[in-house]
Amino acid sequence: MEKRVVFRSWWLPYVLVAPQLAITIVFFFWPAGQAVWQSLLAQDPFGISVEFVGLENFANLVADEHYLASFQVTAVFSLLVAGVGMSVSLLLAVFADRAIRGAGLYKTLIIWPYAVAPVVAAILWLFLFNPTLGVVAHWMRALGMTWDPLLDSGDALALIVIAATWKQVSYNFLFFLAGLQSIPKSLIEAAAIDGAGPGRRFWTIVFPLLSPTTFFLLVVNIIHAFFDTFAIVDAATGGGPGQATEILVYKVYKDGFKALDLGGSAAQSVILMAIVIALTVVQFRYIERKVQY
Amino acid sequence: MAKVEFRNVRKSYGALQVIHGVDASVADGEFIVIVGPSGCGKSTLLRMVAGLEAITEGEIAIGDRVVNALEPKDRDIAMVFQNYALYPHMSVYDNMAYGLKIRGMSKTDIDERVKRAAGILELGPLLDRRPRQLSGGQRQRVAMGRAIVREPKVFLFDEPLSNLDAKLRVQMRFEIQKLHRQLGTTALYVTHDQVEAMTLAHRMIVMNAGRAEQVGTPMEVYDDPATRFVAGFIGSPSMNFLSGKGAGTGRVALAHGGIVRHANGQVDTGRDVVVGIRPEHLVECGAPDAMFSAVVELVEQLGADTLVHLRHGEDAAVVRQPHSRQREAGTTMHVTADPARVYLFDAGSGARIR
Ligand SMILES: Nc1ncnc2c1ncn2[C@@H]1O[C@H](COP(=O)(O)OP(=O)(O)OP(=O)(O)O)[C@@H](O)[C@H]1O
Ligand SMILES: [Mg+2]
Repeated sequence: MEKRVVFRSWWLPYVLVAPQLAITIVFFFWPAGQAVWQSLLAQDPFGISVEFVGLENFANLVADEHYLASFQVTAVFSLLVAGVGMSVSLLLAVFADRAIRGAGLYKTLIIWPYAVAPVVAAILWLFLFNPTLGVVAHWMRALGMTWDPLLDSGDALALIVIAATWKQVSYNFLFFLAGLQSIPKSLIEAAAIDGAGPGRRFWTIVFPLLSPTTFFLLVVNIIHAFFDTFAIVDAATGGGPGQATEILVYKVYKDGFKALDLGGSAAQSVILMAIVIALTVVQFRYIERKVQY
Repeated sequence: MAKVEFRNVRKSYGALQVIHGVDASVADGEFIVIVGPSGCGKSTLLRMVAGLEAITEGEIAIGDRVVNALEPKDRDIAMVFQNYALYPHMSVYDNMAYGLKIRGMSKTDIDERVKRAAGILELGPLLDRRPRQLSGGQRQRVAMGRAIVREPKVFLFDEPLSNLDAKLRVQMRFEIQKLHRQLGTTALYVTHDQVEAMTLAHRMIVMNAGRAEQVGTPMEVYDDPATRFVAGFIGSPSMNFLSGKGAGTGRVALAHGGIVRHANGQVDTGRDVVVGIRPEHLVECGAPDAMFSAVVELVEQLGADTLVHLRHGEDAAVVRQPHSRQREAGTTMHVTADPARVYLFDAGSGARIR
């Protein structure tokens, strides 16, 4: 049944939503509008002349191979972050769900990284993996592996994937654990009596029942990889070597503030905005339908 | 089909022992009901048969095999859970076929078995639905269908009807009976509802606090309860208990006045006993013939029967009368009973005195 509140005076509802509205306007619509406007302008690096160019900035981007390369890096990066992060957290959540003794301590340890700032995380991993100082790099060399994230693009990508995933594991873990714990134990028992071994029970019962959680996390993780990883890239690799770790958000910053191509940078952020809106719509559509089984 | 044997079965959770040595044997094709109050260990006992709980001590055998070390899937049992435990993401058909697929049965065989079970349980039109699109009673039937397609040696039921409303419960009870006649598979059925126990059981195991207090047919348990607990648990309204002391051969003096004649053996004069008489065995009589007299406290008209609640000092008693003669609260009623229907129990241990 729908519950409706009836207000005595017509203006009260507007007053009540006004603060929220003001925040949304000041911190979202206004800058977003600015970005859209900027994306239609061309400006010389000294800010002396401004010219309306229509969609030329977008046309340039589509033709720019660096931009397309950045798109590709972002796609690979976000799929790796989502894939690795979710697999690891699901595995940890399955263990935590089974654990009887020490479960509390185990959960606390996994949740901790979430409280660490992204820059700190990046610097932490940077130190651990620093080719000359890092402990992990030292071990890797001892094992005969070559490791140089400052020169090797694959190593650089691996480094930011690890740094970005590490933090996200805590978040995913919490959701997966809650999802696992909401599956009635008797379902698993029924499957065991039906003859399914642990692996089969997981893939035919548990995993399908987790799919709403998995989908939600997939979107959240992709958004995270697209947008929240700026600090990590900035601190760890600065987009290098070459362009190997230059993800889209980082390129927005670099083109805008380093190369001072404000129009191009604004056009890029408009595209990013479109992507996040699309992802959010997909997410909401899906959540509205609730569960698919 | 197979027999099931419990040999001194015990279960502990850490230091806490919850099953204290159950011995019972279930014949091939028998329908056994495990009944007892909440928390007495019925589910635990059943789950040990299923292999969902480890057996701490003792042995459980299905057929001629001791199953203590076997996985649930190797015990050839099927279980119906209280919450049905249907797989929510699978159709009714797939729910029933799941166990057969895992056992590597061919598609045509699976189809035949599922269709047959669906026929028996009238699930035919529902096979494509998901569990959430079914009513409680239909879900219940799917859960039973999933058990019967497997054609196991033993069916295990853990309170399968307790989530249904009263009317549906009666109907499903009848269907379970019919099903059992049709299939003849050994069944262990857990319930806390004594009506279910009385109507379904060939024999029942009455449990109390982790012990099997009595194993017997419903009428044996009703007519010849082994302990005060069993006497009070089976029968509705439950048996009246009045405190008293032995007063010579065949006589007990009640603590709050009156002499009860009984057909049991010698009770030492002065020994503390509890007299048990079922409400349906107490009859109104004239003052000279009365075993005791008591004040009417409350009269409940149930239509066919009338329950007259009596107060006898600190004891209370209920008389069940077949037809209602209007009775006033506050009046005195004189009652007696057939001495053969009077049970005596030890006041301390609750053991039957015969
Ligand atoms: N995992 C467990 N750890 C500790 N004690 C347990 C555990 N499971 C059950 N118990 C205890 O074992 C006893 C028997 O439980 P069980 O579930 O068998 O009762 P039941 O007879 O089925 O009751 P109900 O009619 O309420 O289902 C209870 O006292 C319960 O508290
Ligand atoms: Mg139970």
